[in-house]
Amino acid sequence: MFWKKSLDKLKNALEKTRKILTTDVKDLFKIGRKIDDAFLEKLEETFIMADVGVSTTQKFLAKVKAAYKNKEITDQEEIREFLKKTLKEILVQKENSLNVSKDIPTVILVVGVNGCGKTTSIAKLAYYLSEQKKKVFLAASDTFRAAAIEQLDKWAQRVNVTLIRQASGSDPAAVAFDALEAAIARKADFLIVDTAGRLHNQKNLMEELSKIHRVIKKKLPEAPHEVLLVLDATTGQNALAQAKMFKEAVEVTGIFLSKLDGSAKGGVVLAIQNQIEIPVKFVGLGEQYEDIEPFQVERFIDALMN
Amino acid sequence: MFETISKKFQEVTRKLFSPAHLTEKNIEQGLQEIRTALLDADVNYKVAKDFIDKIKTKAVGVEVLKSISPAQQIVKIVYDELKDLMGPVDHSIHTSTGSVTVIMMVGLQGSGKTTTCAKFARYLREKHSYKPLLVAADIQRPAAIEQLTILGQSLEIPVFSNPALTPPKICQESLRYAKEKGNDLVILDTAGRLHIDEELMKEVGYIKALAKPDNIFLVTDAMTGQDAVNSAQEFNARLDIDGVILTKLDGDARGGAALSIKAVTGKPIKFIGVGEKLDKLEEFHPERMASRILGMGDVVSLVEKAQAVINEEEALEMQQKLLDASFTLQDFLNQFQMIKKMGNIQDLLGMLPGGLGVQFQNMPIQDKEFAKVEAIISSMTLEERKNPDVLDGRRRIRVAKGSGTSIEQVNHLLKQFREMRNMMRNLGSGRMGGMLGSMLGKIPGMGEFLNPHNSSAQNQKRRT
Repeated sequence: MFWKKSLDKLKNALEKTRKILTTDVKDLFKIGRKIDDAFLEKLEETFIMADVGVSTTQKFLAKVKAAYKNKEITDQEEIREFLKKTLKEILVQKENSLNVSKDIPTVILVVGVNGCGKTTSIAKLAYYLSEQKKKVFLAASDTFRAAAIEQLDKWAQRVNVTLIRQASGSDPAAVAFDALEAAIARKADFLIVDTAGRLHNQKNLMEELSKIHRVIKKKLPEAPHEVLLVLDATTGQNALAQAKMFKEAVEVTGIFLSKLDGSAKGGVVLAIQNQIEIPVKFVGLGEQYEDIEPFQVERFIDALMN
Repeated sequence: MFETISKKFQEVTRKLFSPAHLTEKNIEQGLQEIRTALLDADVNYKVAKDFIDKIKTKAVGVEVLKSISPAQQIVKIVYDELKDLMGPVDHSIHTSTGSVTVIMMVGLQGSGKTTTCAKFARYLREKHSYKPLLVAADIQRPAAIEQLTILGQSLEIPVFSNPALTPPKICQESLRYAKEKGNDLVILDTAGRLHIDEELMKEVGYIKALAKPDNIFLVTDAMTGQDAVNSAQEFNARLDIDGVILTKLDGDARGGAALSIKAVTGKPIKFIGVGEKLDKLEEFHPERMASRILGMGDVVSLVEKAQAVINEEEALEMQQKLLDASFTLQDFLNQFQMIKKMGNIQDLLGMLPGGLGVQFQNMPIQDKEFAKVEAIISSMTLEERKNPDVLDGRRRIRVAKGSGTSIEQVNHLLKQFREMRNMMRNLGSGRMGGMLGSMLGKIPGMGEFLNPHNSSAQNQKRRT
């Protein structure tokens, strides 16, 4: 079953994260040491190695220290629970499910840096929504990268959804606009707009992205209902800059954390959560279109800690 | 962002000019800062730790040069060490003893292999007059072959592929094809793969066995975090890579992965990708990367320049003048000229930490304003410079005329000077660092860069 399968996948994917976090943490607890400098250093290492980043890690350590000082935590089990609770506090998000519009179509704009996995993630999203018997349209607004349209076209065929495309090199905003018109006319439930990868510090390209956003809004004022930033789980601290800049340009509403099936921990989402408050909505766990999972804080932490 | 620049600039100047002696505490503090800088740059935790330990051993016992602060000394040691660790780099490639040189490109998904293959083919054609053949051995990702084909067409470089074959066979076949067509260089674009994917890692080993590449390059995204060491280690263990090509350095990632990879695999970064266009491949320079990772810009050369122009005695004298408020317009002018000696303002800003200075290089920074200030003061008599209060309306008109400016500009400068002098008086400790920092803030044009929020607030006020 899809659910079961992906659950296993998520577990497997997080296995290493878990191993790192829990074996280390467990070892620490086993020794039954007090919370001393060595303990904190080990904890720091664990979090930094998971790409959580220095400043978020330090906040986290401060909480542990304070809790220990106030005698909120004393023994092993309490520390484990405390770690979980603290992680959850950082990751807590009011809305981590997909924003869906009351009226069709719901428009999802997908953005990200080069090579983060946008196109594959879109295929997964299209599959995920089709599975729920939704009519999904894709807009091939990455008109820049060589063969990007062909790539999306192949995915559209595999997942069996409609792709609205124009020639390579066309105006991406125009493609999005046409696709939106088609999605409205043909009563699609969802329109997912692919965009070219761009580095967030490239002003012109970010301006181009804002334009796509504006054009969509012009046609459908409440759209896009969801702007997903695809973030490669192997990314380090630069993910923060990405989240900031993309949010500035197109009001990012959620993160699609891709490539979590590797050995990277994706811990930088903790930092993003902590500092920019963009919720993680989906995780990508493999190269196939069914390798998608809605992000769930509880499960993420459980997989992380247990 | 501007706030950060301002803060950093002041920090740097403070460090530059605060007289201090090397103490163990100073080293510790400096090292803590460096450590955070490295970790923020995504240098691997363990690599950073080893590195800091090494620096510690090196720093202790090093004689601190007169007029350099411990922080500077440490930055310099760290910088040199980073540079040495990542270099030296040999940008040549191994050539085949046979007729076709083979380069194999490997890496994780999305690291930029395909684009880099095309860039590399172009680079080697231009630089070493090779006749390259690109080989699309990625049959995994949809349209990967089309992508390479399109890139090849735009460069007029032939592309070989055969989706009916397995990737190892495609590569093997391509060598025969190259010989036939008279290509002396083959670049194999393999599929992106996770280093923990046993099956695909075996496949890439198989490609190596069949194609016998003369060079294997690992393509790595400069934005990669802590995991960079894991993938690099695994690829290197399996394939014994020759070097790394670091991509997407046109972004603002500090690229600590470069250091980590070199540290754990011993394999150098050889080339970097710096843009989407196909000519955006450059040779890797460790010294540039060192300052990028440190996030302290070209502090080192800033230090060197500053040292060259600032005479410590003069500095002390100036400090005294500030303290007893005998700072005159003449001194003001001297300060200006000192700053000018350090290079033009644009260059100076270019050396700002965090790569931020780069953002300014295209901005019209107001060297003109500097010239104006200089002209105004130069049009004054020595008496006027010493005691600006004697400058009545008529004298001001004369100065404005003499300097080719307006009376408003003269008034503006005098007002600024007075404000500055008052501030200096209040400074109390009167440290040189604080002085230079504030001075820069008071220099026409600079203030906006150091305190943009204030000035934009003023602008808004003006509009309403």
